[in-house]
Amino acid sequence: MMTSSYSNSPCAACKFLRRKCNQDCIFAPYFPPEEPKKFANVHKVFGASNVSKLLNEVLPHQREDTVNSLAYEAEARIKDPVYGCVGFISGLQRQLLGLQKELDATNADLIQFTIQGSSSLGLGHVDYSNGFYNYPSNFEQ
Amino acid sequence: MASSSSYNSPCAACKFLRRKCMPGCIFAPYFPPEEPQKFANVHKIFGASNVTKILNELLPHQREDAVNSLAYEAEARVRDPVYGCVGAISFLQRQVQRLQKELDSANADLLRFAYNDSSLPPLPPLVVPASFHHHHHHQQLTPQRQLQFGSRFGNGGNIDGSGFYSFPYAIPWNDTSSDDLSGGVGGRGGGVGGGNL
Repeated sequence: MMTSSYSNSPCAACKFLRRKCNQDCIFAPYFPPEEPKKFANVHKVFGASNVSKLLNEVLPHQREDTVNSLAYEAEARIKDPVYGCVGFISGLQRQLLGLQKELDATNADLIQFTIQGSSSLGLGHVDYSNGFYNYPSNFEQ
Repeated sequence: MASSSSYNSPCAACKFLRRKCMPGCIFAPYFPPEEPQKFANVHKIFGASNVTKILNELLPHQREDAVNSLAYEAEARVRDPVYGCVGAISFLQRQVQRLQKELDSANADLLRFAYNDSSLPPLPPLVVPASFHHHHHHQQLTPQRQLQFGSRFGNGGNIDGSGFYSFPYAIPWNDTSSDDLSGGVGGRGGGVGGGNL
């Protein structure tokens, strides 16, 4: 009977590869049999032997994150074969630039406001009790 | 003497694989001999046959961008074997959230000052109306499954004192795509953003 190191059934990798799942199977902790798509995607994009090499290059406590990031990249590449997750990076960088510009503009408005009062925001003429805010007549004196 | 379809010397792929670079070599247009590291990285992470399969599934005009994005991912993975370019995504998402909070706070301050300084009655709870967010997109760019990794997101970049990440990898092509942030680059709409991961 096939066994994996963690369950009584072969891991998703060994099931996919149709091989015996040994107790020291490097894939077994990270590709449980109930998530067959995860290994299928990773195999399609990276290949089993490349994944195995990558896992052997990192420390055991890093392997779970390694597999999860590979799975994420593989899924992104399958959904978008041209750009994969790099398209998402590009979008995020543009979004950050846009937000930064908007923040700079808002901060500039705030500074204007504190210097000149609410009339600088185009809120219309507001009658203040003291003359200080009667822009522009007071400003020109 | 080996020849590639475009150069007098074998392309970087055929040189690496030590094979004759035939006319019509699928790698030759995208892996020039003067960039050996590009193919070496892609081969290490994806493997030559996987790259061939991916390229064969695409139209010819899409292949250059596909190779460049694969090279980008491969280089990121070589630099950071644990997170690859996913570490950068995680970081950028946090930056977006941080900036969004700052922007909301600045807009709220602006609104508060405007109301406090006018003759209008005070507002009860402070609510920033949607129309105040000029030019701001309310699209949910981040994928529905947030990335949950360890606190280490990658070691390939520099974080200066202000916390801004100077991402080490420049996008390797001219990004002329639209600003449709939900679909990623290229207008295919197939990017990870907003997708069901």
